[in-house]
Amino acid sequence: MISIEPVAAPDAPLARRNPVAKVAAALVFSFTLLATLDPVAPAIAIALELAVLPLFGIRYRVLARRAWPLLLSAAGILVTLVLFAADRSGRVLLDAGPVLVSTGVLLTALGLVLRVFAVALPGVIVFATTDPTDLADALIQNAKAPARFAIGALAAFRLVPLLGQEWQMISMARRARGVDAGRNPVAKLRLFASTAFALLVGAIRRGTRLAVAMDARGFDAGTPRTVARRQHFTRADVLLIAGSAALAAATLTTSILLGAFRPLIS
Amino acid sequence: MRLTGGLIFITTVNLMIDRAGGRRGRGPEGVGLVGGVLLRGFGWRHAGRRAWAVRGVDLRVEAGERVLLLGPSGAGKSTLLGALAGLLPEDSGEQEGTVEIDGLDPRKGRERVGIVFQDPETQLVMARCGDDVAFGLENRGVPADEIWPRVDEALHRVGFPYSRDRHTAALSGGEQQRLALAGALALRPALLLLDEPTANLDPAGAELVRHAVAGALDADTTLILVEHRVAEALPLVDRVVVLEPGGGVRADGTPEAVFAAHGAALAAEGVWVPGHPIAPRAATAGPGDLLLTADRLGLPPRLGSTDLGVRAGEALAVRGPNGAGKSTLALLLGGLLRPGSGRVTASTELAGADHSTPPHRWRAPALARRIGSVFQDPEHQFVTSTVFDELALGPRRTGQPEAAVKETVAALLDRLRLDRLAAANPYTLSGGEARRLSVATALATAPRLLICDEPTFGQDRRTWRELVDLFADLRDAGHGVVTVTHDADFVAALADRTVTLHRAPDDQR
Repeated sequence: MISIEPVAAPDAPLARRNPVAKVAAALVFSFTLLATLDPVAPAIAIALELAVLPLFGIRYRVLARRAWPLLLSAAGILVTLVLFAADRSGRVLLDAGPVLVSTGVLLTALGLVLRVFAVALPGVIVFATTDPTDLADALIQNAKAPARFAIGALAAFRLVPLLGQEWQMISMARRARGVDAGRNPVAKLRLFASTAFALLVGAIRRGTRLAVAMDARGFDAGTPRTVARRQHFTRADVLLIAGSAALAAATLTTSILLGAFRPLIS
Repeated sequence: MRLTGGLIFITTVNLMIDRAGGRRGRGPEGVGLVGGVLLRGFGWRHAGRRAWAVRGVDLRVEAGERVLLLGPSGAGKSTLLGALAGLLPEDSGEQEGTVEIDGLDPRKGRERVGIVFQDPETQLVMARCGDDVAFGLENRGVPADEIWPRVDEALHRVGFPYSRDRHTAALSGGEQQRLALAGALALRPALLLLDEPTANLDPAGAELVRHAVAGALDADTTLILVEHRVAEALPLVDRVVVLEPGGGVRADGTPEAVFAAHGAALAAEGVWVPGHPIAPRAATAGPGDLLLTADRLGLPPRLGSTDLGVRAGEALAVRGPNGAGKSTLALLLGGLLRPGSGRVTASTELAGADHSTPPHRWRAPALARRIGSVFQDPEHQFVTSTVFDELALGPRRTGQPEAAVKETVAALLDRLRLDRLAAANPYTLSGGEARRLSVATALATAPRLLICDEPTFGQDRRTWRELVDLFADLRDAGHGVVTVTHDADFVAALADRTVTLHRAPDDQR
């Protein structure tokens, strides 16, 4: 089940920052890291990210639980590269028919895995410390996003956890109707597709009803909206973005000074 | 002379409007609110439909009146409310006649009207309760420093028991509907529209909502309420308007006058008119063989340990408060969930040689031949794109020849009054039709045992009576019928035996 609630202590110094500032800081940091292919820069970045974690009020154990899909993708990268990497240079460690593992392969894989973590962690941290409502409010007030988009997405987002229960109900209802796939993989795929379609139909119907209810409360009236929850964008928020940019720059500089830097576009 | 008269009239009306605005503290929206409704030959046909949803309605409702809007299923009550709320965009259908609120097109006078719909889940917008009430105020451009006092006032008026920070997902259905009502009332509508606000709720939740409506209305708020359950709605209204399905208004007057003249006809058409009880259907014979046994059956934390025997020729009702695990028990008995503890055992009478395997491990076609399950939300069950295919699905999956399938389907279409709808898409059916179809699909494979979760929720009197008769006939033909239900009248009309579940004492929900 996807959890959408923030998991951090809400009064930690950086968790309290404006959501738009947090998103901007995370984007600045992640995009800078994309510039290099070496394993050193992401390694430093991960160390930095883990070091600032307490300032966001997240405990390491909680992060590990949140970030497990990342571990999964890391494992995926390792397997794919070991099987299909073009670069087979370096000392051969294992030679088993089509599977040829060399130090070159392992180094490339390690670099990619570290990159995935370094680039994704800032985003994980932001969403672990940000209430979706606050993010929507800040997007409208500080980033001048259209309210129709931000509030609409927020309302739709609220219905997401329901989809899991809905999937289970539809699956059980199908079984009750005598529909199952048994061991046949083609039938399994078809059942999956038809369940997904039923889920989609239900989601659209619910979305339509929700939209009507929102319009009934003046959402589409065209009157200029006021805001009940003020989001402030302060100097501390500017400092957060600047700090993130500085740390990213320092990371790249260290990588260049150590001679490990491999630009993405060379 | 005429001109002077006209001027005096206009001035008086303006004064009245001003006074009404002043009495309401003339909100920041800057309009004087009165809440009078005038319909002249009003009709609406949804785009792409041949039939008019509502037609030929002439109706005047004065400010401050409390009106119960009645009519058989399909008379166009919800469409009429949608028109009054200004929620029918001009390009979404064809209009006849006029509809006005205080002389304005409702689409232009939206701030005068508040509406609460049936489904609590799709009315709440925000994650926190206070934010949800504030949503409408923000949309209307109410100054920020006035929003929270008005939110608190609206929550207080509906008797909302929690703080503004409570998550909307943690509320029961009745509490969610009270919150939706607060969201409508915070906008101080002159006209409040309620579209079956309690149809999806258990009796306790429905009572909470009615209580909130009764306590929250200002003396000068106009109310138009659509509700099948007339007895429960009567304390809220002083006038009853009955729509005629073919078009027009059939009756209009005080509740006493309308029900004296039209009560019997309305009851026959499905309206729950007070004083028209439905005769119970007692079993014609005693219960037969054991079909299914639950032995210390449980699924923590949803259901505590439960012992139960289900017999052929017996209608068993399972009751209990919200959160006691009634729906979970229905799914476990239906072989759709794996038990967390204990077990479900089928008798040889039900499962033949398969009796040593628990039902949740049977293949789906075998399950469908033995146990039929009817879900609380009929739409969960629909798999195909026409009513005919929907009914044919079960028999086809269980390997019946096509001639037998046709015969089964034809009999069911006739038995459940669905023959006119054989080619319709199941998702376009009305609530009562969808319920009848969901029961019919479970019966199509002729299972010996039928398990239903809240089959009578939100049903009109006619469908309700048909369900009682149908289940009673099944029981008297030797089937087992288990219904999980809050509906005390249904239990009284049908059940031979009642089992009451209790909330587990260690349940912290």
